[in-house]
Amino acid sequence: MLILAIDTSAVASAALVSDDTPESVVGCFATEDTRSHAEVLAPGIEALLAEAGLSGADVDAVVTGVGPGPFTGLRSGIVTARTLAFVWGKPLYGLMSLDAIALEVAESTDAAPEFIVATDARRKEVYWARYALTTGQLPQLLDGPHVGFAAELPDLPVYGAGAGLYADVVKAVPEFSSRQPEALSLGQFALARLAAGELLLDSTPLYLRESDAQVPGPRKRAL
Amino acid sequence: MNSTQHARPLVLGIESSCDETGVGIVRGTQLLTNTVSSSMDEHVRFGGVIPEIASRAHLDAFVPTLREALAEAGVTLQDIDAIAVTSGPGLAGALMVGVCAAKALAVATGKPLYAINHLVAHVGVGLLQSDDGGPAFAGTLPADAPPADALPENLGALLVSGGHTEILRIRNITGDVELLGSTIDDAAGEAYDKVARLLGLGYPGGPAIDKLARTGNAKAIRFPRGLSQPKYMGTADEPGPHRYDWSFSGLKTAVARCVEQFEARGETVPVADIAAAFQEAVVDIITSKAVLACRENGITELLLGGGVAANSRLRQLTEQRCAAAGIRLTVPPLALCTDNGAMVAALGAQLVMAGIAPSGIGFAPDSSMPVTTVSA
Ligand SMILES: [Zn+2]
Repeated sequence: MLILAIDTSAVASAALVSDDTPESVVGCFATEDTRSHAEVLAPGIEALLAEAGLSGADVDAVVTGVGPGPFTGLRSGIVTARTLAFVWGKPLYGLMSLDAIALEVAESTDAAPEFIVATDARRKEVYWARYALTTGQLPQLLDGPHVGFAAELPDLPVYGAGAGLYADVVKAVPEFSSRQPEALSLGQFALARLAAGELLLDSTPLYLRESDAQVPGPRKRAL
Repeated sequence: MNSTQHARPLVLGIESSCDETGVGIVRGTQLLTNTVSSSMDEHVRFGGVIPEIASRAHLDAFVPTLREALAEAGVTLQDIDAIAVTSGPGLAGALMVGVCAAKALAVATGKPLYAINHLVAHVGVGLLQSDDGGPAFAGTLPADAPPADALPENLGALLVSGGHTEILRIRNITGDVELLGSTIDDAAGEAYDKVARLLGLGYPGGPAIDKLARTGNAKAIRFPRGLSQPKYMGTADEPGPHRYDWSFSGLKTAVARCVEQFEARGETVPVADIAAAFQEAVVDIITSKAVLACRENGITELLLGGGVAANSRLRQLTEQRCAAAGIRLTVPPLALCTDNGAMVAALGAQLVMAGIAPSGIGFAPDSSMPVTTVSA
């Protein structure tokens, strides 16, 4: 099974993963910055396919991170995934973006049995979720995703760029203190969960916040 | 792409710069479909377009709108010669959705992609054939007429909507467009929305004010005409800094003050008279400056576009003043005046027919794209 995975909840990233390939990686890319999604995502995907000598017809499913993440960036990946899946006539699945980091934590050497993944939610807040690990199994989501202040997180080790930003108030795990969700881990997680017969999400974005719009109050005086 | 193979290219256009998700398909200058999904209803309780709400709606509307457009036109994506997308100007987050969708479409189909200027696309709609619901520019021309013959010489465009108010001069729609004047603050449609809220008339304000104004006396009150003083206007030989520009924020404040003065005196607010007088002030200054710009720039053909082209008084006064100045006026059908994908496709087709190179998929949307950039 060949999956094209996309995640733009923080950086822009895409990956081709396959259960026929060692380590399952066919190809991947990720940007450093969080603000150039519209420019780099489509060329990156085009190059991924070209370098692997593959076309849309070879892809069995499209997977997109559905956040949480800053809205404009998040939508760029989801609309890309939805459009590709529509044109290619392939199934489309969503995965919670923080799962990408959770899988990397599970594969690291000294992972805690229970932990938090956190990313930058701007406005002095983080997006976060709580996971449990049992040996030999995929990380299990216990709670979340939520958005809130870092200081209010449960008292557990915190992985991800959201921890690095607020290392003064949370138990940030140093090796992961700048880690962002990326499509490669997300795609690997999707492969593993599909193989285990688990259901994935649809592509509905997890905004976690309403738009800032205010219903106008009574007229202000102009005089 | 070999442009000689595309005398009548099949072009799919995508629009997402404000609150309409549009997908249009044209074959050369023939309109095949103009499919639009609007999030207008979701903005009503806020009294204006909320960018984040518009962006969320674009994400959910895009694929269904695309599917519907293809079905309506009876074509497949394989048939398409090129894709065009609004790259700016517009709301940054809203543009991003359409641009990313268009790029994904280009990657998935391998078709060339054109990043298009929204304002110039409003003019491009004037090139669609009239027998397909398009306006009259090209109505007398055969369907396979080359693009160079399709646009009149000495063409101008007056664009009035909730997002923009501009007067353009078009020497060549694929490469030579000039901004003669524009609003320096609110767009005209935005002023309508704000004044409608002041008067308790609801959203969108344009139709509400237009309707009520018919029962009011426009001469009962005189509201200011923004940027009409000599220091802004100057003379034809020595133009002032805002000779062809508009400003509507002072007008909105004047209306608010007027309402408060009636209230302070304990009198009933003459809502219909205020609506009529406000509308007269907007329409008078828009048309007088637009016609002045036409006369002083040798423009003899004017296209009226944008959603406010639906306003009955704007159409009436524009017609009168254009006729008096010897300017021929064209107003496309309303569905092509408001934001839509067909206009993007129409301009895209012109670019293909003119042999202009596609934009590729590396460009960034530009929320303040200047009209001098017809395509990126
Ligand atoms: Zn427009």
